[in-house]
Amino acid sequence: MINKFFATPEAALADVHDGATVMISGFGGAGMPAELIDCLIAQGATDLTVVNNNAGNADAGLAALIGAGRVRKILCSFPRQTDSWHFDKLYRAGKLELELVPQGTLAERIRAAGAGIGGFFTPTAFGTRLAEGKETRRIDGRDYVLEYPIHADYALIKADRADRWGNLTYRKTARNFAPIMAAAAKCTVVQVRESVELGELDPEMVVTPGIFVKRVVRLAPAGKTARKAA
Amino acid sequence: MKKFDRKQMAARVAQDIPEGAYVNLGIGLPTLVADYLPKGREIILHSENGVLGIGPRPPQGEEDEDLINAGKEPVTLLTGGAYFHHADSFGMIRGRHLDFCVLGAFQVSAAGDLANWHTGEPDAIPAVGGAMDLAVGAKQVLVMMEHLTKDGKSKLVERCTYPLTGARCVNRVYTDLAVIDIKPDGLHLVEIVAEGLSFDELQRLNGVPLRYRAAA
Repeated sequence: MINKFFATPEAALADVHDGATVMISGFGGAGMPAELIDCLIAQGATDLTVVNNNAGNADAGLAALIGAGRVRKILCSFPRQTDSWHFDKLYRAGKLELELVPQGTLAERIRAAGAGIGGFFTPTAFGTRLAEGKETRRIDGRDYVLEYPIHADYALIKADRADRWGNLTYRKTARNFAPIMAAAAKCTVVQVRESVELGELDPEMVVTPGIFVKRVVRLAPAGKTARKAA
Repeated sequence: MKKFDRKQMAARVAQDIPEGAYVNLGIGLPTLVADYLPKGREIILHSENGVLGIGPRPPQGEEDEDLINAGKEPVTLLTGGAYFHHADSFGMIRGRHLDFCVLGAFQVSAAGDLANWHTGEPDAIPAVGGAMDLAVGAKQVLVMMEHLTKDGKSKLVERCTYPLTGARCVNRVYTDLAVIDIKPDGLHLVEIVAEGLSFDELQRLNGVPLRYRAAA
């Protein structure tokens, strides 16, 4: 019998190794798997390459992972925020490498990895400094930049509901990067608010089919209040 | 001369968004446009974090941390709205499915080059977000900005000195002084919005030559 549920987040993240590339879902706080990140900090893996849209907000979640000195490199589109002080400090000290990627290119590079695509031409960033040194091509009169997929060892994502096969549904804009990251990583670890019996998720409503998911942990949501806009 | 304030600028942009349009409003000043869309027009707002059909800001106490816009501000969803993942969201943008995007800018050139992500300072931490995707993707790229810098220099320029967000991508600029179209042969004044501003004075402030032909 297939059962992808793990009893604890510690068990689900026990084998994350030093030097791993880890995708972390979320756009700001929405969809960020905060409890899994806390567990990764406690687990101790270091020298990580992290893929996320941002570079952490305030002192929790991804910001805490960065603040703990576990991240060697980050791929993101928007690191600089009013409350990204952990990133800012390490970046300015030259202790954290940044690969800045336009947001849509970041999403498509992640999608490409999960979809088995070796590279793609995008019009985004053509003629800008973010395309410097990259191969370009004119196709049907439009200029494009060659971009490559981003693969990961692990994806840590947050979903709303899961069954034991790892089928997932999400909640509102917390979906953001999670479905594409789930497909792009060798081992996708999901934290969900609710576990349901097989058959309870309407097959028409499943967003991430379980084929993309290796491990699921149910975590009761902490009593959070709405986050202030960053 | 009495310049347009931010609300008047937002209302002026909103006036040009037609019924049925799919629109992305950038972070900051452009977000204000949502408050001035004419009542009775069905206009669908997109946000790059994965939502179509954004409604007004929720009342205080009813914010939902899972329902935010690209500026990470709490929003609501209109009846008929939809959620989708980030790759689909940017597919909509790059795939030319959005009718308009409204972006802020540091500089716009007479050729329609846009600079809005980086001031070029060597020690600045760069951050680009979805600006480069929106610049190349939307069918019409509208820019909304103050016409002059704090020290009185025109932000409409012959050539951008800041790093580009996109080349030859801007279609129209709305400022606190005027509405200006960018066409292959240069800048065309659509209308002066600042009260008491003459064409000659606008031309002097603008730096780059403006064409103006009264409606035939």
